[in-house]
Amino acid sequence: MRRTSLTRRAARGAAIGALIAAGAFSVPALAQDSVYFANNAYRTGPFSGSGIPIGDGMRDYITMINERDGGVNGVKIVYEECETGYDTKKSIECYEQAKAKGTIIYSPWSTGATLAAIPRAHVDKIPILSMAYGLSASADGNTFPWVFIPPLTYWDGASVMVRHMANELGGMDKLKGKKLGLIHLDAPFGKEPIPILENLAKKYGFEVKLYPVAAADMQNQGSLWLSIRRDRPDYLYNQGWGAMNPTAVKEAVKNGFPINKLVGVWWAGGDDDARAGGAEAKGYKSLNFNAAGTNFPVIQDIIKHVVDKGKSLAPKDKVGENLYNRGVYNSMLVVEAIRNAQKITGKKVVTGEDMRRGLEALNITEARLKEIGMEGFASPVKITCSDHSGHLKAYVAEWDGTKWTKGSDWMDPLKEEVRPVIEANAKDYAEKNAGWPKRTEACDTPS
Amino acid sequence: MGTLYAIFVDPFMQMGSAPDLLVQTLWEGLVAGVLYALIALGFVLIFKASGVFNFAQGIMVVFAALTLVGLYEKGVPAWIAVFLTLGVMFLLAVTIERVVLRPLVNQPDIILFMATFGITYFLIGFGESLFGGNPKQMIAGELGLPRGAVEVKMLGGFVAFQKIDIAAAVIASAMIAGLAVFFQYTRIGRALRAVADSHKAALSVGISLNQIWVIVWFAAGIVALVTGIMWGARSDVSFALEIVALKALPVLILGGFTSVPGAIVGGLLIGVGEKLGEFYWGPLIGGGIESWLAYFIALAFLLFRPQGLFGDKIIERI
Amino acid sequence: MFYRETGQFKTTYQADMAVFPIRQDRIGLAFILLVAFAVIPFVGSDFFISSVMIPFLVFSLAAIGLNILTGYTGLISLGTAAFMGVGAYSCYKLTTFFPGINIIVLILASGLVSAAIGVLFGLPSLRIKGFYLAVATLAAQFFLQWCFVRVPWLFNYNASGAIEVPQRLVFGVPVTGALATPETRYFVCLALVVVLTWFASNLVHGRIGRSWMAVRDMDIAAELMGIRLLNTKLLAFAVSSFYCGVAGAMMIFLWYGGGEAADVFSIRLSFNILFMVIIGGLGSLLGSFFGAAFLASLPTIMKFGLPAIGVPLSGATAEHVTFMLVGALIILFLIVEPHGLARLWQIGKQKLRTWPFPY
Repeated sequence: MRRTSLTRRAARGAAIGALIAAGAFSVPALAQDSVYFANNAYRTGPFSGSGIPIGDGMRDYITMINERDGGVNGVKIVYEECETGYDTKKSIECYEQAKAKGTIIYSPWSTGATLAAIPRAHVDKIPILSMAYGLSASADGNTFPWVFIPPLTYWDGASVMVRHMANELGGMDKLKGKKLGLIHLDAPFGKEPIPILENLAKKYGFEVKLYPVAAADMQNQGSLWLSIRRDRPDYLYNQGWGAMNPTAVKEAVKNGFPINKLVGVWWAGGDDDARAGGAEAKGYKSLNFNAAGTNFPVIQDIIKHVVDKGKSLAPKDKVGENLYNRGVYNSMLVVEAIRNAQKITGKKVVTGEDMRRGLEALNITEARLKEIGMEGFASPVKITCSDHSGHLKAYVAEWDGTKWTKGSDWMDPLKEEVRPVIEANAKDYAEKNAGWPKRTEACDTPS
Repeated sequence: MGTLYAIFVDPFMQMGSAPDLLVQTLWEGLVAGVLYALIALGFVLIFKASGVFNFAQGIMVVFAALTLVGLYEKGVPAWIAVFLTLGVMFLLAVTIERVVLRPLVNQPDIILFMATFGITYFLIGFGESLFGGNPKQMIAGELGLPRGAVEVKMLGGFVAFQKIDIAAAVIASAMIAGLAVFFQYTRIGRALRAVADSHKAALSVGISLNQIWVIVWFAAGIVALVTGIMWGARSDVSFALEIVALKALPVLILGGFTSVPGAIVGGLLIGVGEKLGEFYWGPLIGGGIESWLAYFIALAFLLFRPQGLFGDKIIERI
Repeated sequence: MFYRETGQFKTTYQADMAVFPIRQDRIGLAFILLVAFAVIPFVGSDFFISSVMIPFLVFSLAAIGLNILTGYTGLISLGTAAFMGVGAYSCYKLTTFFPGINIIVLILASGLVSAAIGVLFGLPSLRIKGFYLAVATLAAQFFLQWCFVRVPWLFNYNASGAIEVPQRLVFGVPVTGALATPETRYFVCLALVVVLTWFASNLVHGRIGRSWMAVRDMDIAAELMGIRLLNTKLLAFAVSSFYCGVAGAMMIFLWYGGGEAADVFSIRLSFNILFMVIIGGLGSLLGSFFGAAFLASLPTIMKFGLPAIGVPLSGATAEHVTFMLVGALIILFLIVEPHGLARLWQIGKQKLRTWPFPY
């Protein structure tokens, strides 16, 4: 405790010192005052429909920070995209490249890439920011000091789905005897929510039906929806990605499944996903943790400083789409982490190890959100040393036929159900990966 | 005992107890089968005339559909876009013949197969750089394709026939019939069959192989466009559609690489077989068996008739 | 001029039958091995070793495996990735059961498991030929891949369905797991590839290899000459799957380091390896290396190498251009030399031998 408070005081002193120095001499940002941030993107391949808006959002927010503020406290962010095509082999190449170029943070942008990068990152000391994807168990900061998975994990998402179901039915006790269908991509990403849903089903007395979709059959879901018609589930939760989502929405419309009972995970919330269903897709829902639309100061700033100046890759009408805004949200986490790392270490140009400390003590309050123009855009973010996800609030977004709207209040995940499973799985992971390093990184108290 | 019951009795009990679902499953299988048959047809056309196993058929489907939608997005009216796309497919056929096939004439089959892989790679890059990778809506409404469903009350339940599926079945059938007539009764069709029988004999009676190749590749391009429109209307147009083309492979081994009727019958058999299998037997082992079931059906069949359903009997001599 | 065997006389039958009859070839091979063992690990950057060299070695081995089946025995297979997957998953299971046994031994042992599965799926090859067989092997591809996702025993009931690579030491040095340095992993890969290539070379130049080639050139004739088709074809499947299995285990344990393995061993990988074999040269071990370099390393080198030397290509455009270039190069090479890069190499050597007076 003593040590941490000392470091903190030292850090604060240095930060103030730096501030004074910066204020007194107002040195123009030198060329070397920059940090390198490599981001995986997939603008090609079968999943590019989702990858493009996300990549655009991430890129535009960083560009905006560089353009409007001249970087983070004068430190420019050198942003570079590495094209993965959502392919694990290419993602691993991108990781090696990012490491060689000294990235301060690695954002894998696919569950496969995250799983492959986790062991490496703990050796190479590069923090991974897998925003609401990747390995759910990595929310345990004691086992995974280098992985961050804010604002919530897939397991939290599944529990929010259950809570949403209960809210609509009128209470947790009403879940008894209901049937929840899980449509999922037949791959690790798709199967993530199964264990937690089965736990919750046991506890609340509802039934879980699984409907796997093989990757080769993403656009060929005929027999699956026949099974759904036979089983008549009360709700459907869609853990899908890419071309699978628009097909699912279309099939739901086609098969007369009540579209407002179909809820997608946040990655099934692309504008293109819902648009595919046409007018009948009105009422399609998806979990969400960022707001859609351009009605926020931050998006307006992006339009003003980036899009209107022709520095964006996104067409103007795509700015503010749900997945675009999610990219913005992810970049915001990175920028805030840099800021926090600067504050903790007192350095201007931070390294990967500083970033880890910055992320671990990340505390984005409601007031801070307002300052950066994101009031109502997202819920506050707070990460601690042991909890690398935060298990933060999500809400249910609803498609109104042309855009995503807020379909429910912010809801907390069932943290008390999820957390023990996460800790058990993290322990299991460390055991199976014999020789897993024990956490030696000190813990900074959030400031 | 319980397992045997679950495998051999229970699925049939289910079929009996909900006959409307059985009819629906059969219908879904038939529609899927028609579409598989369409893709397989593209393969067969080319294989018959030039002995090329065309790996690029899948990407041609995507490319055709993307061109159509891309042109429409650029402001070209829907029907004109269709004709322009046909023009593009014709150009593609000419280019492939000129650049790829002609220099490779007389090479072993596997080399030509490899060359179509080169075409695939090229078209992926080319298509994405032209149209971008994001999925696009098929302009089904603008092309006059119907929406919605016809629901028929029968057998104590209801069976929903999607209008788009009906349209797909009708168009595919018309197309297949048209191709059959074309092959059977036109001059070019006869030339095509001659080439399929023997390249050398056809050459010796003055049939231009190069011309025939352009025609079959163009025909495969038309088939690809129709397939692209139909699959695109069912889900959407993206590069993921390429994977769907793999579904045509078991159809091909079942029906034979050289037989048009084989592609149709094979397509229907595979479509119905895999839907029934997935729906009634899939849950027993966790579902998702559709991805390989078709291959096992085809494989089991092949062990008894190695040349496929309607394939030519292979006579080997030393 | 550059390259001439004048004055090298063969005095024994052994020397006449040697795989590398010319002294310059032997020197060249020794030089390549020297570079591979003693120069690359010390000169190459981590990125080069782990993203270019290790993948190259893994794919080379897989391509050799498929070449034995397709190039030497004439059986086209599209199930290569699945057999690689069998290798990877069995290596994972084996190291779970026997954590104490040397991981390199286990990698080789998992090749044997893969060989057994390969024989099973090779059975239809007795009745089916050509492209029909190719499509039939797709049954193996899709079924096995389905198993990798659906049979939780295979991935030790992991919640994410992923394989985790534990740390294993060989002589006190971590070979697998995150702490293994790229250099160590490279050495292990290289050693395995060299030994197995040497073994394959002996196989294909011996009686077994000749019977494979007899079956490839005309199976009925081979049968009449007393070659048992069943044994020969199944042996080809077994050996091929063994190589693929070892390559798969290497891929997950020495290159990827765990993760979403089911997804890795997809149909796309099968196609890629088949094309490596074709473009490298059917029925040529050297060709397998060329093919792997061309299809696995070239895109990587283009993607990261071109920006490094100042060609302003990045992101999606680079990917598109890479795709188009690789596609065009494939067609170009096939037109220039349909028998693959290995043949091109031979022609080049011949030209060098006779330069400047070609006859």
